[in-house]
Amino acid sequence: MKNSLPILAVLSAIVAIWYAAVAPMNLRGALDVAERSGAEVVPPASVDRFEQPIWRLMIDNPGHVAQGYSLDRPRLPTPVQVGRELWKSTGEMALSGRAMSKRSLIYHGWITLQSTLWGFFLGIVLGMAGAIAIVYSRVVSMSLMPWAIISQTVPIVALAPMIIVLSSQVGIEGRGVPKAIISAYLCYFPVLVGMVKGLRSPGAAQLDLLRTYSASGLHVFLKLRLPASMPYLFTSLKIGIAAALVGTIVGELPTGAISGLGARILIGDQFGTPLAIWAALFAAAILAGGLVTFLDFAQRVTLRRMGMQA
Amino acid sequence: MNWLLFALAFWIAAWAANAVLANSRWRNSKVVRVAIPALFGLTLIMLWEGIVRGFGVSPVILPAPSDVAQTFANSTDILWQDFRQTVLKGALSGFAIGVLAAFFTAILIDRSVFLTKGLLPIGNFVAALPIVGIAPILVSWFGFDWQSKAAVVVVMVFFPILVNTVQGLRETDAMQRDLMRTYAATYFDTLVKLRLPAALPFVFNGLKIATTLALIGAIVAEYFGSPTRGMGFRISTGVGSLSIDLVWAEIAVAAMAGTAFYGLVAWIERRATFWHPSHRQT
Repeated sequence: MKNSLPILAVLSAIVAIWYAAVAPMNLRGALDVAERSGAEVVPPASVDRFEQPIWRLMIDNPGHVAQGYSLDRPRLPTPVQVGRELWKSTGEMALSGRAMSKRSLIYHGWITLQSTLWGFFLGIVLGMAGAIAIVYSRVVSMSLMPWAIISQTVPIVALAPMIIVLSSQVGIEGRGVPKAIISAYLCYFPVLVGMVKGLRSPGAAQLDLLRTYSASGLHVFLKLRLPASMPYLFTSLKIGIAAALVGTIVGELPTGAISGLGARILIGDQFGTPLAIWAALFAAAILAGGLVTFLDFAQRVTLRRMGMQA
Repeated sequence: MNWLLFALAFWIAAWAANAVLANSRWRNSKVVRVAIPALFGLTLIMLWEGIVRGFGVSPVILPAPSDVAQTFANSTDILWQDFRQTVLKGALSGFAIGVLAAFFTAILIDRSVFLTKGLLPIGNFVAALPIVGIAPILVSWFGFDWQSKAAVVVVMVFFPILVNTVQGLRETDAMQRDLMRTYAATYFDTLVKLRLPAALPFVFNGLKIATTLALIGAIVAEYFGSPTRGMGFRISTGVGSLSIDLVWAEIAVAAMAGTAFYGLVAWIERRATFWHPSHRQT
């Protein structure tokens, strides 16, 4: 852990910058609040303040700067405010036995996690099937590979509302399926590319050895190509799960969604509660970090079991 | 029903043609390399057309490609206006600002080993986060017009570029740096003549990831408020008012813009890093 000191230093620098930015970002809001409660503010009218630059307001109203750190609806909340909101909507609700209430981020995180995992699963299946077809068939390789690349340059968010509309017209209830499709669309590609590389990684000598054993095509696949592709697969899976989570959240953003972390962000925006947005954002970040860490762990255990890494 | 049969027949014929082409002795020629995926794409469109016409799918659910093409041709002025708002103003300006900021930050950070060690893991972590969610916050900070979209794009492209550039700058080995030292090269000389060129493949890797992210960011940000133009705006209102063919035309524009943007970066990459082993003709 010789890297933890620099990481901590950079993290604390980020937090320090964040705290420093809160004062200028929230000053106008703080002055509005102070004006309404009858305090002395320079200049007294909100319209006049709007034309003043921030640094000028800070010099004129040094007594009100601190209020920017404790607003109810800040433009930029402090890390502590975000942490408190996050705790209020997760830990505190869990302690009072309402972990699955509609106001709890645990519930919304669970909805998002489900769609992400379904999409991830679908993406792995699609990516693996595509990779196997590409490795074994030249026609598929030549016709599919360019389109796989093009499919990733198409901004999926443009398609997302159409996927939601289409699946509801076809008679699929709820948002689960379209969200899973969107995240599968984003995460199949890394898996496909990684698996193609991995399945092709065994060298000619290894393939020849198996031929001297008169191994069948299935044997070559199961005993050589598939095991050889595992390191590539896990690297792709880590990229894929992050992409799948992005896909799910994008699927939750277009209007109409009511559950999931993306929907919390949307609702927080519509109701003007920035703290709710920030809390949902951090919950999504924690979810992403957890998923990637879990896959990293699985990678280490699997590869060690297979004797690939010491 | 005829449409469906025709589409199926076309599918089989195209597949057979592709199979013949891919196994023929011209399979490595440039024409065949383009023709095979083109035929495959055409097949998908024919199947779509055949299914929509054959089963009589309502245009409110899924319009046929021919209808979309007609709408596209009829509403080029709307599409151009939206393209300019979202791609040229939002995505491209954000992309330029984000890339330049990340690039110069990377060069500054690179001077300190301590900072590099601290920032690389954090940058890698942030690059894996669903940053799109920040869109509503930035829209409320920078207003509804393209500036907020550009801001979302800046945040989204910053970390992939930063991480890739920092990693690329570490690519040179001690031998090469020592050689520069024997030439009495200054820090700046070494940077410009050795380390930046060596970092280019990584930088382009980041740029290619960033092209897709830029369009995603610009479109998502429009879902949270925009002036009455822009691709995200048109798509979200088009879904509501059932002008689905216009939405598909808009999606086609987005797809073409994304592919062209990516293609442009890939083309520049081939020109700029022609010496890299991955571009060798095998």
